Amino acid sequence: MTDLKLELKEKIIEQLNLEDVSVDDIGDSDPLFGEGLGLDSIDALELIVMLDKDYGIKLADPKEGRQIFESVETMATYITQQKGA
Amino acid sequence: MMEKYHIESYCRIKDQRISLNGATVFESAETNFLPFIKEAYKTLDTQYPKFFKMDALSKLALIASDLLLKNMTEKNIALVLSNRAASLDTDRRHQQSIEEADHYYPSPAVFVYTLPNICLGEISIKHRLFSENGFFVFEQFRADPLVDYADGLLKMQRAEKVLCGWMDLDNEKYDAFLYVVAKNGIFTHSKKKINQLYQTS
Repeated sequence: MTDLKLELKEKIIEQLNLEDVSVDDIGDSDPLFGEGLGLDSIDALELIVMLDKDYGIKLADPKEGRQIFESVETMATYITQQKGA
Repeated sequence: MMEKYHIESYCRIKDQRISLNGATVFESAETNFLPFIKEAYKTLDTQYPKFFKMDALSKLALIASDLLLKNMTEKNIALVLSNRAASLDTDRRHQQSIEEADHYYPSPAVFVYTLPNICLGEISIKHRLFSENGFFVFEQFRADPLVDYADGLLKMQRAEKVLCGWMDLDNEKYDAFLYVVAKNGIFTHSKKKINQLYQTS
């Protein structure tokens, strides 16, 4: 799980072009949207594509994303659950 | 009598060099566009994190427009840009992401830039402009329609100033030439002068 969280942080930084952000800047439970990393709606769509492309998980209902993408912690938990299902 | 307008300021980004009113403000040995414009962003102290999420055309437009607009208090500034390649550079990136059926992963962050006028939106957001704007695609730089459009906007009082010019980028070739038309300025607003500045800046 720790490895997955680190991997997610690296992917978020790279795929969302967060130029001045390092892995150490993202806490496991820091909010990704709003006051946290300040991601926007296009970033949310990119995260949905990333789940599909890199983890083979298709989000049937994009509204689910609100909870799944709350933080790196919630993303990792969701991916782990889906992989184990 | 018809009011005469003026060119208040102008800038150019081409061949690894950025100039403002004819004076070089940034130069680099970097021949590739993305590292060049990133270096310019940092050197010119642009401070706009969204820059890194933009496509190449919007990055070019943002740096060029920032040179002219960053110290401007007037916000009723219309935007009239033009280019040759439209958004082809980004269109190709998008096409590459969808051409294989078993690897079909279009990137939303790329797709949103598959129109050339998106760069006008980026300029408007950065400088909080709620003004009229237009983007035209020509085979090559043409001063005539830009002059007519800018004069019309000012004459009809649709804007206090107009940011006009050429914003072309395709396959590592980039050429940005922007100028601000206003009531007062350093040159008379004419097709001849604009062509001259485009040829010599």
